[in-house]
Amino acid sequence: MIRRLVRFVDQRSGGAPFVRKALRYVFPDHWSFLLGEVALYCFILLVATGVYLTLFFEDSRSQTVYHGSYKPLQGETMSRAYESVLHLSLDVKAGLLMRQTHHWAANVFLAAILLHVLRVFFTGAFRKPRDLTYVIGLAMLFTAFLEGYLGYSMVDDLLSGMGLAIGYSVALSLPVIGANLGLLLWGGPFPGSPSFIPRIYIAHVLIFPLLIIALLTLHLVLVASRHHTQFRESPKTTEKQVVGIPAFPGQAPRSLGLMFAVFAVLFLLGGLVQINPIWLWGPYHVGEATNGAQPDWYLGWLIGALRLVPGFDLTVGGYTLVPNPFWGGALFPVVILFVLALWPWAERRVTGDDAFHNLLERPRDNAWRTSLGAAFLTWIFLVFMSGSADRVTVWLGLDYSAQIWAYRVLIWLVPLLVFFAVRRACRELLAWEQIRSD
Amino acid sequence: MKRLLPILVLLVAATPARAATPQEGVVANVTQGKSLYAANCSRCHGSRGQGLRDQGPSLKDAGALAADFYVRTGYMPLDNPHSQPWRTRVLFTEQEIRSLVAYVATIGHGPAIPSPQWQTASVAAGRQLFADHCAGCHQIAIAGGVLPGARIPPLNQPTPRQIAEAVRVGPYLMPKFSTKAITPTQLNDLVAYVQYAKRPDDRGGWAIGHLGPWPEGMVTWLLAASILVATCLLIGRRLKA
Repeated sequence: MIRRLVRFVDQRSGGAPFVRKALRYVFPDHWSFLLGEVALYCFILLVATGVYLTLFFEDSRSQTVYHGSYKPLQGETMSRAYESVLHLSLDVKAGLLMRQTHHWAANVFLAAILLHVLRVFFTGAFRKPRDLTYVIGLAMLFTAFLEGYLGYSMVDDLLSGMGLAIGYSVALSLPVIGANLGLLLWGGPFPGSPSFIPRIYIAHVLIFPLLIIALLTLHLVLVASRHHTQFRESPKTTEKQVVGIPAFPGQAPRSLGLMFAVFAVLFLLGGLVQINPIWLWGPYHVGEATNGAQPDWYLGWLIGALRLVPGFDLTVGGYTLVPNPFWGGALFPVVILFVLALWPWAERRVTGDDAFHNLLERPRDNAWRTSLGAAFLTWIFLVFMSGSADRVTVWLGLDYSAQIWAYRVLIWLVPLLVFFAVRRACRELLAWEQIRSD
Repeated sequence: MKRLLPILVLLVAATPARAATPQEGVVANVTQGKSLYAANCSRCHGSRGQGLRDQGPSLKDAGALAADFYVRTGYMPLDNPHSQPWRTRVLFTEQEIRSLVAYVATIGHGPAIPSPQWQTASVAAGRQLFADHCAGCHQIAIAGGVLPGARIPPLNQPTPRQIAEAVRVGPYLMPKFSTKAITPTQLNDLVAYVQYAKRPDDRGGWAIGHLGPWPEGMVTWLLAASILVATCLLIGRRLKA
């Protein structure tokens, strides 16, 4: 029966050789190669839960008076967008489960991409011929940042409004084009025209997801066509030959198992741990604010940068050319994107190594890359940490401005120390191996 | 350790109940209050409550309201008159507090201790007032925060009476709200909201502090990401075998 069905499909599609090849595709057997898959499964769950959420979300900023089931918001004026998410969260069957799972999946999606990028960076997997794959991956990471920001923003709760106010001032701060760009995107001065919410809604549920799907497809096709990289497991492993387990029956069940593990963790979080309780935040009205407002974790580095940059503008004559939010909100992420994206080319130029590389380096094998990368990462991490200095003040009573000033020094000093410590550690490890093998 | 436990329990039980919450049947004694004032307050507020320059403000017309607030929160007495008062253990007994408050009330003509009728007030109206006047500093879900030069206390500890008092007193950098700015009815609503926010009608599971993205990021990394990395490690090890 199955044989006949398979023959039927094969005769009409001629797909047998392709399937045979796909089933024999060889996967490397190191655990760190699974991190990218975690991100992939998060994305699948994001799309699935997101579809459910769209059934109930109203992309409208027209104002209404709340008379729903949640007593503390009775009689409050709010946008239909916020009201619909309130309704979805408190009254719709499985609504809150889906919404919370969606939000946790977004948080974990970004965490998994980051871990995956770290693996790729510190093992030199980005080297030719996979530099393009790597750059596409970075494009996906930055698209995901924006996609997450839009999702956070379109709910129109108190945190959304404050986040958009910051986004608007960063847009305005772009030199020369800023004012016009801000007005174009928002459709008018903050909080923007009524069409702003429909606009970011369509960007969040259609344009950006399609962009991610396109990049993802390209990324995976490139990975498969060049095959995975692999570690040098034994002295016999060479650049020319691939060692690992086949897609079927080796990798497929493991991969499926991982998928179910990701879904399980995310649904458990969605059901058991509260995320973004918008009924407590309340709707956004211009001029309202709450202390301690933060972006989701993956944009924490930007809020940190906005806080750390000392308050100065670039003025020419009486004209402010570059207002302050530009440094932390626009220049900082662009610098990071460029450093990461241009790294493969910079490394090729510096080392003069233009060869194809299918074998990975362990972090210790390339002390320069590992120590520079660790220092760079420490720099971003400290900026990220400074974004939550206010919580440290509330809990421990450490003076806030003192902390900010300490960070302004530490973000330069600590990476320097990390650089030397990591370079030393790499060299020591190699020397130790040398002694052991002799 | 097992032997120590009963002793610990006894020690905790034996600590006299300090007077954070008012008790009934205790009578104030203004003379005792005056001597308590001289011993604990006069160094900064002056021998007759007239205030001392660069030390402490005048207590004329502060009234029982302000005295009750500052003493019962442990804000006063303050070690260093230039540091921000923060909630600490109250070192006076109920009797001493009442006497001290009664004495301070005799300096000028200040307001009496309020007794907010919040049980029947409107949480929704209070929520709107809180969003307009308080959330910018105290955070919308009363978790506290930071302003340049001040650490803003969370509001889960103050009693309804202390909340009502703080609105009228405006301790440290907090603005003082007159009965015109926030009417007594509105104040009741406001207190009702703060009382509500201490234990809100909540959904979605473990609340992780009602702080939003900050603890959410911690859960993402410490819980979700570590479990998933461990899963990858497990699967990866299987592959080797």
